[in-house]
Amino acid sequence: MLEVKDLRTIFTTQDGEVNAVNGISFSLLPGEALGIVGESGCGKSVSVLSLMRLIPDPPGKVVGGEILFQGRDILKMNMNDLNALRGNQVAMVFQDPLTSLNPVLTIGRQIIETILLHTERTKEQAHRRTIELLKMVGIPEAEKRLTDYPHQFSGGMRQRVMIAMALSCDPQLLIADEPTTALDVTIQAQIVDLVKQIRKDLGMAVIWITHDLGVVASCVDKLIVMYAGQIVESAPLKEFFANPSHPYSIGLLDSLPRLDSEIHQKLNSIKGLPPILVDLPDACPFLARCENKVENCGIKNPQLRQINSNHEIACWVDIKNGKA
Amino acid sequence: MKPEKKAVIQVKNLKKYFPITSGSVFQSQVGAVKAVDDISFNVYKGETLGLVGESGCGKSTCGRTILQLYRPTSGEVIFEGKDLSKLKKKELRKIRSRFQMVFQDPYSSLNPRATVNNIISEPLKIHHLCSSSEYSDRVSDLLKKVGLNPKFANRHPHEFSGGQRQRIAIARALALNPEFIVCDEPISALDVSIQAQIVNLLEELQEDLKLTYLFIAHDLSMVRHISRRVGVMYLGKLVELTDREQLYNNALHPYTKALLSAVPVHDPLLEEKRKRVILKGDVPSPANPPNGCNFNTRCPIAEKKCFEEEPAFKEVSSGTWCSCHFA
Repeated sequence: MLEVKDLRTIFTTQDGEVNAVNGISFSLLPGEALGIVGESGCGKSVSVLSLMRLIPDPPGKVVGGEILFQGRDILKMNMNDLNALRGNQVAMVFQDPLTSLNPVLTIGRQIIETILLHTERTKEQAHRRTIELLKMVGIPEAEKRLTDYPHQFSGGMRQRVMIAMALSCDPQLLIADEPTTALDVTIQAQIVDLVKQIRKDLGMAVIWITHDLGVVASCVDKLIVMYAGQIVESAPLKEFFANPSHPYSIGLLDSLPRLDSEIHQKLNSIKGLPPILVDLPDACPFLARCENKVENCGIKNPQLRQINSNHEIACWVDIKNGKA
Repeated sequence: MKPEKKAVIQVKNLKKYFPITSGSVFQSQVGAVKAVDDISFNVYKGETLGLVGESGCGKSTCGRTILQLYRPTSGEVIFEGKDLSKLKKKELRKIRSRFQMVFQDPYSSLNPRATVNNIISEPLKIHHLCSSSEYSDRVSDLLKKVGLNPKFANRHPHEFSGGQRQRIAIARALALNPEFIVCDEPISALDVSIQAQIVNLLEELQEDLKLTYLFIAHDLSMVRHISRRVGVMYLGKLVELTDREQLYNNALHPYTKALLSAVPVHDPLLEEKRKRVILKGDVPSPANPPNGCNFNTRCPIAEKKCFEEEPAFKEVSSGTWCSCHFA
């Protein structure tokens, strides 16, 4: 359904060109859920904003690649086609629901607006549909809350409103950009559950972006790990957790304390800091922090290579077998 | 509890209410936000006491009230036999060098116009701990201790990443050789791979300098890693306080159970098997907490009694405290 090929996004700054997204490719089948994991600044948000062509230009620019959504290239669409796509076939939920809702309009009006814009429904039908949606995402007394403003909702409820709005036109693809990061754990559990339920009911595809490996472990089918604007590992969910293979993924998993593990004395942290994405040399971006480096790592940036069925890593070293 | 344990800080019936006022000229108090409502616990020498809870439950206010950054509404905070809440300003300033704080956001807790040298030496100047010729030596010592290059002393905070800034904040807290440090969510603004670095640093320092921590966080798995004992707060009250093993293996309070089961486990096989308790609804407002037990609006096992009578925070077994009628 969605195919991204060699996507590149840059930002022009005073210090030079920042290669925020550096040639990523992935594909998504209808109804599939994909998790994109990485630290802040690794390009995960920029890559999905590029998908929707929401990168502010200037300073940002998508400079290469193709984004095929049901066979059509989003990057080549004109504004009208794009508007018909956004919010309709592809919907997005952002991290901070307070800043992504309009504070001076009631939530009812904001949702109805989306429905009227994209469908042939009358105002009355849109109104009814909105109540239906709010009930579906678990907002109590939906009829009454329709006339409330965003500030009258709590953080978790606001995120539910955002999800209701995203679902209003039955999208085929829902992009959720860190939807639970601003929420407490008990509310996060509610939202993760809600998205799982909706996916089961409506059968849409989901791209879930997060920095928390624990969140995606329960709700996606496959996983992409990003580092410095590149995909360093891509694998089906269970395969990834059973057999993480890129040194960065391994380090990330090791640096997390687990509720179910033995209490160990020291966490294995990854040393150093992520690289600055200006003028990257042709070397592995993880080189400076890697403990398994070989000569090749400093000379050429590794491409993704298959190590198992559907399991790809971008690394010269075969850590499991200790071979370069 | 072993008898040789010495309490560094004893908190007794601590309350901190923030007034809600109305009227523009003649303000009158119309209510109070009960941010911390009748909390008692001890922090023992050399231990790390974790304090967890959701946002708005009063855990940060509790930490700040203990250090007298907010003066408590009532209750006592006893440090070396003295009640901090009764001390005058001058006496308090003197004793303040013995306890320090590390804040959540290293972007706002460091003065952007001061150099690292200024930031770390300021507490030394205020408390006259060493002569001015020794400042720079002491600053390089401290920077080395937190894993930063002493050459960085003349730089400004904006030249550092989040993790490095948090190291500077820790160096500042260590400048006065404190005994007790309140860490208020020191890692939650940082990336996962950097979080582990800071936690390791805090643990190393604790061992070297015999520090005592009150570690405030919302990340239960990190708290499990770093603390010996853990207190769980909900709506201004402690609902459970116990050893780490006891809490994570055999939680008593229904809120603790729900909180633990809400923590995502990064293992899909385990995640499938796990039975999760998902709480309904949101936390009520601390300005208007429910009658009876204040968890009764979300509690899966609440009965009639819970809506009428507030459960006492009682010692259920040795070293385990819980406030639930059914514990």
